[in-house]
Amino acid sequence: MYSPAIIFEAVLNGLMTGAVYALIALGLTLVYGVLHIINFAHGALLTAAMFAVFALHVAFRVDPYVSILIVTPLFFALGYGLQRFVIGPASHGDDQNILLVTLGLSILIENGLLAIFRSDTRTIDVPYGFNVVEVGPLLLSQPKLIGLAGSVAVAILLWLFMVRTDTGKAIRAVAKERLGATLMGIDVAHIYAITFGLGCACLAVAAALLMPSFYVNPRVGNAFVLVAFTIVVLGGMGSIAGALIGGLFIGMVESVSGLLLGESLGQIGIFLIFILVLLLRPTGLFGAKA
Amino acid sequence: MTNKTPILSGDADRRTILKGALAGAAIIASPAVLRAQTPTVKVGILQPVTGALAQDGGFGRLGAEIALKEINDAGGIKSLSGAKLEMVFADARSNPEAATQEVEKLNGEGVAAIVGGFASPICLAASQAASRYDLPYIVDVGVSDQIVNRGLKNTFRLGPGFGTVTTAAVTNLVKLNEAAGKPAKTVVLVHEDGLFGSGLAKLMATELPKHGFEVLETIAHPTPSRDMSNVALRIRALNPDLVIPSSYYGEFVLLARTMQQQRIRPKGIYAVLNGAASNFRFVKEFPDAAENVMDCNHWHDPRKAKSAAVMKAAADAGSVWAYNIPLNYSCVKLLADAVEKAASRDRAKIIEALTNSTFEDHIMPYGPTKFVNGQNTGAGPVNTQVQGGDIKVIFPESFANAKPVFPVRA
Amino acid sequence: MLLRHPPFALLIGILTVLAGLPLLGLPNTALNFLFFVLVIALAGQGWNLAGGYGGQFSFGHAAFFGVGAYTTAILQVRYGVNAWLGFGAGIALGSFVGFVIGSLSFRAGLRGSYFALVTLAFAEVLRILANAAPITGGAAGILIKLDVAPANFQFASRAVFFWIALALVGAVLILNRMIEQRRFGAYLVAIRENEAAARALGVNVLAVKLQAISLSAAITAAAGALYAQYFLYLDAAIAFGPWISVEALLAAIIGGAGTVLGPLLGAGLLHGLGEITKLAAGRVPGIDLVVYGIVLILVVAFAPRGVIGLFTKGDKGGEPTSHG
Repeated sequence: MYSPAIIFEAVLNGLMTGAVYALIALGLTLVYGVLHIINFAHGALLTAAMFAVFALHVAFRVDPYVSILIVTPLFFALGYGLQRFVIGPASHGDDQNILLVTLGLSILIENGLLAIFRSDTRTIDVPYGFNVVEVGPLLLSQPKLIGLAGSVAVAILLWLFMVRTDTGKAIRAVAKERLGATLMGIDVAHIYAITFGLGCACLAVAAALLMPSFYVNPRVGNAFVLVAFTIVVLGGMGSIAGALIGGLFIGMVESVSGLLLGESLGQIGIFLIFILVLLLRPTGLFGAKA
Repeated sequence: MTNKTPILSGDADRRTILKGALAGAAIIASPAVLRAQTPTVKVGILQPVTGALAQDGGFGRLGAEIALKEINDAGGIKSLSGAKLEMVFADARSNPEAATQEVEKLNGEGVAAIVGGFASPICLAASQAASRYDLPYIVDVGVSDQIVNRGLKNTFRLGPGFGTVTTAAVTNLVKLNEAAGKPAKTVVLVHEDGLFGSGLAKLMATELPKHGFEVLETIAHPTPSRDMSNVALRIRALNPDLVIPSSYYGEFVLLARTMQQQRIRPKGIYAVLNGAASNFRFVKEFPDAAENVMDCNHWHDPRKAKSAAVMKAAADAGSVWAYNIPLNYSCVKLLADAVEKAASRDRAKIIEALTNSTFEDHIMPYGPTKFVNGQNTGAGPVNTQVQGGDIKVIFPESFANAKPVFPVRA
Repeated sequence: MLLRHPPFALLIGILTVLAGLPLLGLPNTALNFLFFVLVIALAGQGWNLAGGYGGQFSFGHAAFFGVGAYTTAILQVRYGVNAWLGFGAGIALGSFVGFVIGSLSFRAGLRGSYFALVTLAFAEVLRILANAAPITGGAAGILIKLDVAPANFQFASRAVFFWIALALVGAVLILNRMIEQRRFGAYLVAIRENEAAARALGVNVLAVKLQAISLSAAITAAAGALYAQYFLYLDAAIAFGPWISVEALLAAIIGGAGTVLGPLLGAGLLHGLGEITKLAAGRVPGIDLVVYGIVLILVVAFAPRGVIGLFTKGDKGGEPTSHG
């Protein structure tokens, strides 16, 4: 059996990985909470963001953390445009059509990236990529710690945005009561697009936080999508705090069950939690009553 | 180029799309008539260039193209009055259904043989579909031993299968260890949970103890894995002399990086059929993490003069070097040799020529080809090691161009 | 309308024409293509029954496809059971798994996206288990011995496989049409449109949903079993991978969810499109799928109610509506 020190370290590792999961889930939960759609293109958009960070680094030597300042607004605009001019009009507001359109988008993005960047698995080399922070006997990866801090910061910023700004309030109004919001004079199509843009912006930050310690290839985003769904469900669809706490929790569960059951079977732990939560408390741990 | 697609033109109405789809079967049924009659020998190259295996498919295709160009530049098939080889490329899309459909199409196009497949499920499905037409199928990589155990007369594999690779991996490891004064006693196995890794780990776990190794633990991980820190954590806790990883590229890169970061320095990393340990991209991007990593894998014979030429051709095409390139190069050369001997485009004659092949002009470390039930009995893996930013062959000695660095001094 | 609610004579006519195709001397390329279209159509028909008619949107029909496929294969390879019996057992077990998953989810009151996600999770759990369990051959997969004989459900001619697949698709077409005309069909649509209202009107909602998912799973399991017999090889990603869940729902929705002919039409359209884009694409890998993605979006934009919907404008009777 493992010593408590190792289990403790596994928990820490899980928290650090889980934070980035949370950030990816944040985008998903936001879009779900407001638009009530399951965005199939989420993984492909994450891949696109990672390639954007990669390309900026390779072409202009932009540090991945600095590239947040460029990629985030870029992806906000991309998300806004996608929802406003592609997903919205093409799906006619019908759930199953939205699903198909986002599926079509994911095929398009993934293979577009394949055509541009080819299929190689690429990494970027930053001087701090191998840095560690020593805490007693523990060696904590510096890029992953930054990932943890960055994710929590983004979640807090997003939450502040939602409660403090007029746009944030409008988003919440649309999420709660679409018809009522329309009657209040809120431009629902605009709010939808803003929300989708915010979801993509979260992905851009996540991509920048991932790149110093991860790799990118045209299919890499898929690895994160299922786990992000789990987190969204666990945290309650549409809940920002839920996504953050759910992400950290799932990261921990994955890490510890991976340690105890093996990485492969450990994945079952996640899905069993997922199924149990859905069956027993489908609104999630933090979700509002349906 | 895509503008030529009728369904994309501005006036694409629904009916066009619908009609197009219904007519699809008719169109795909008759591409052969579009091609002019030329005195070429058509060769089907089947590789997954989209989907999960796109990276490997790209390497395989390049290897085949280099061989085809070389053969054609040298005057084509002499016994067929200099007939050129014409590549008919097919994308297996990383799944067996698409591969089967492509085999049907290649057959319709009248190819003389098919080379490629890469992944075992694709090779299994594609070679079986080809067997309906007695269409020769040369497997490039697909290591599953089921591929050549089905009694299909059309299926040939130049490279080694799973059993051969694992046996060699164990034997070579034991010899390396003995030559170094038996520094390694304890082992941790890390493997991806697909066909590749799982079967390998099982064999290793039973074989290694017979040779005095103690397997401390076997750690499986899925592909793709998002995080390898726990695997590294367990390795650190177990502190083995030797880590034996068998994973695809992305996961091994994550593992090697994390091990370096966590300052885990075993006496050796001995990879088996690893996606990264003999990939120059990994060596180039992470020279420190890659240094001294050993791999037991397919690799070209570095002492053959042709090897350098093929490596140069791959570099000129803008590609890094990977084992798929020499394997596919050699498979296409093997086919060309068989067509030359058969002096015919006839499939049965090509199969016969392959069955009796003694082909030597490949760049693999195999010696003359001899097929028994479709398996080249002379095939085997070699051991490579990353040394000074280069990938050297360290074992067996007959093919080696460097001495092993083992145990690795911290 | 004619296409939305086709009379039996039309269905028989369509089936007869399709059955005649191999007699025209189609090359095997076309037969192989058509066979695979029929397998996807069958999987889509299964999805359509629960998803299209009943509004129970599943992302996890791979669970049923995989159980059908693996049951057929395992019974033959490990226990020497006759392939035809194995085929039947695959369908039965697939149906049972559908019943179990349905019972758990419907009793928990899961609908819409929640039901979609829970089915996805069940399929993933099965995939991970199949990849690890010795009985499925684990990661190495399972290979059904190539032994061409009608008794083994293996045929030298692609045409025979095509006819068998067509017979299954045809049987489901007719079954589907019969369901539309029976009370069960009306209940299903009522539940899709407004579950609470259906319950208030005295419909035993749980029982109807369970019947629907069991039948739906059986049909998709048949598609899986057929896949196993044709390709003779399975691994966990093939049998339980998300690809088949997506194919099944895509075929049904693109064709027209909640219509008899939708899945068949959708499967033909999608795979025809896939082949055409392949032909049109150049050397650069991925371009064909980019075009495919664009056309998929365009089809949805211009045919929001599925391709069948194009021919039945104004007919709101059985129109699938959103359910979030």
